[in-house]
Amino acid sequence: MSLDIREIEYIASLSKFVLNDEEKRVFVSQLGEVLLYIEKLNQLDTENVVPLVHPLNMVNVFREDEQKESICREKVQSIAPSTMGAFFKVPKVLE
Amino acid sequence: MKLLSFTALQIKRKILSREVLTADLIKNLFERIYKVDPVIQSFLTLNEDDAINKAEEIDKKIANNENVGLLAGIPIAIKDNICTKDLTTTCASKILRSFTPPYNAFVIKRLLEEDSIIIGKTNLDEFAMGSSTENSSYKITRNPYNLNCVPGGSSGGSTAAVSADLAFMALGSETGGSIRQPAALCGVVGLKPTYGRVSRYGLVAFGSSLDQIGPVTKDVSDAALLLRVIAGRDKRDSTCADIAVPDYLKDIDDGVKDIKIGIPAEYFGEGLEDDVRAAVDNSLKIYEKLGAKIVDVSLPHTEYAVAVYYIVANAEASSNLSRFDGVRYGFRANDIKGIDEMYCRSRSEGFGKEVKRRIMLGNYALSSGYYDAYYLKASKVRNLIKKDFDAVFEKVDCIVCPTSPVPAFKIGDRFEKPLEMYLSDIYTIPANLSGIPGISIPCGFSKEGLPIGLQILTNRFEEAKMLQIAYAFERETDFHMKKPKL
Repeated sequence: MSLDIREIEYIASLSKFVLNDEEKRVFVSQLGEVLLYIEKLNQLDTENVVPLVHPLNMVNVFREDEQKESICREKVQSIAPSTMGAFFKVPKVLE
Repeated sequence: MKLLSFTALQIKRKILSREVLTADLIKNLFERIYKVDPVIQSFLTLNEDDAINKAEEIDKKIANNENVGLLAGIPIAIKDNICTKDLTTTCASKILRSFTPPYNAFVIKRLLEEDSIIIGKTNLDEFAMGSSTENSSYKITRNPYNLNCVPGGSSGGSTAAVSADLAFMALGSETGGSIRQPAALCGVVGLKPTYGRVSRYGLVAFGSSLDQIGPVTKDVSDAALLLRVIAGRDKRDSTCADIAVPDYLKDIDDGVKDIKIGIPAEYFGEGLEDDVRAAVDNSLKIYEKLGAKIVDVSLPHTEYAVAVYYIVANAEASSNLSRFDGVRYGFRANDIKGIDEMYCRSRSEGFGKEVKRRIMLGNYALSSGYYDAYYLKASKVRNLIKKDFDAVFEKVDCIVCPTSPVPAFKIGDRFEKPLEMYLSDIYTIPANLSGIPGISIPCGFSKEGLPIGLQILTNRFEEAKMLQIAYAFERETDFHMKKPKL
């Protein structure tokens, strides 16, 4: 499997990255090489294998819905790039 | 400075007997850090004032015969992807350059409860993505045994600091070998606990089904001590197992008589350097002499582990790292007009090359039309790798093998060759995929004088047995006592 520039641009848009031409060129070759290596998984027949998505045999862990104190809002807002009143401030969302 | 070359347990005894004042120890330690770390570059942030205050508190407690914790007065370094309240936590990324967490990770809370002293935050590959610590956005850490070589990674700052006697112990984290591999390359002990043994609360997430925090120490007993402190149930990490934590030091000296050691042929094949092979063969002879039985075993899917890992870990990473959007914390780009531009430019300017590479790969593997071919396929092969271990542990107590196929490599050698870099984790990654614990202990040196690590793997939650087996070897050898010439 190899990738072309258009696919790299598509994956970059999914990832919310803007790439320059040099970065695109490098990613085409480096990601292509990694994907080629990954193709070795196709040597294995896994039709009857169950996927393992978690190393422990765990089921959902539930707890009571208790009211607890959280980290204070001012403290959390103090590390944000921009705030206004009780909110995080972001640039215009709608044109 | 002889005092600083002691192990954590040795220095703790001296502190408790008041032969050494913690405040003096901290002063001495920072003097050495200021002298040596400009060369090694293991720390990103130092916590000197806080450490001195804490040391004086502990000295007072001891003088007043008050109870003190299990780690009383022991100076410890923390990998900079573990959240420390009011102490900068950067993940070695520009995107978190000035991030000061408003809370402590579970493990940090435990360290403080047991009276250890946090001396600083150590360098890593950005977001723990790498095997050499070269991917840090801030500095390149050097291997104390050869300054032209990498310390390994991603916990390279922690392992270099412990190796150079700049910390008595350290915390590292693993997603795919990031504690064991740099421990091997720096000549120290590194332990990856069973998945679920240690809470991940406050560890900046990379691959959530793989990540674990673990000890980096000067010897096996110190690893046993530190693991006991950080392990155990935490309600804030629902994948953290509700299984009692034993005193790992209690039976550590039980020996290896009649212990069955499995030797997987797949870990001794192509790519294994001669000096590493010789050191591991020699280690097996020592185990035989101590009464252990050596048994040939097979882990037939080993060669697929790296491919599985780079799909699973990066798929999880692409999802975890979507939280860095420039809204609530971390870097936000300047002069932005709309929200999409804010996301794109903050992430593009904030993340380094390797992180972008991995997020791209992860998003590709999860994207519509490719999910079955990549993520689903990898998750199935992951199960085959786990079943390999399950079958082997029916027959043997542990697996012994090299930690890394090569000793420390030169800075720059693999930097622009991602695939070659990924393959340096070939012996460590299978344990992360299957959730089992592993430890790397010093077992020799290459012709060039670089440390070599021996890896011991056991079944899930069998850390006590793993530490016993490691300790039996350490007691017979002095590789762990060698120090780099600095």
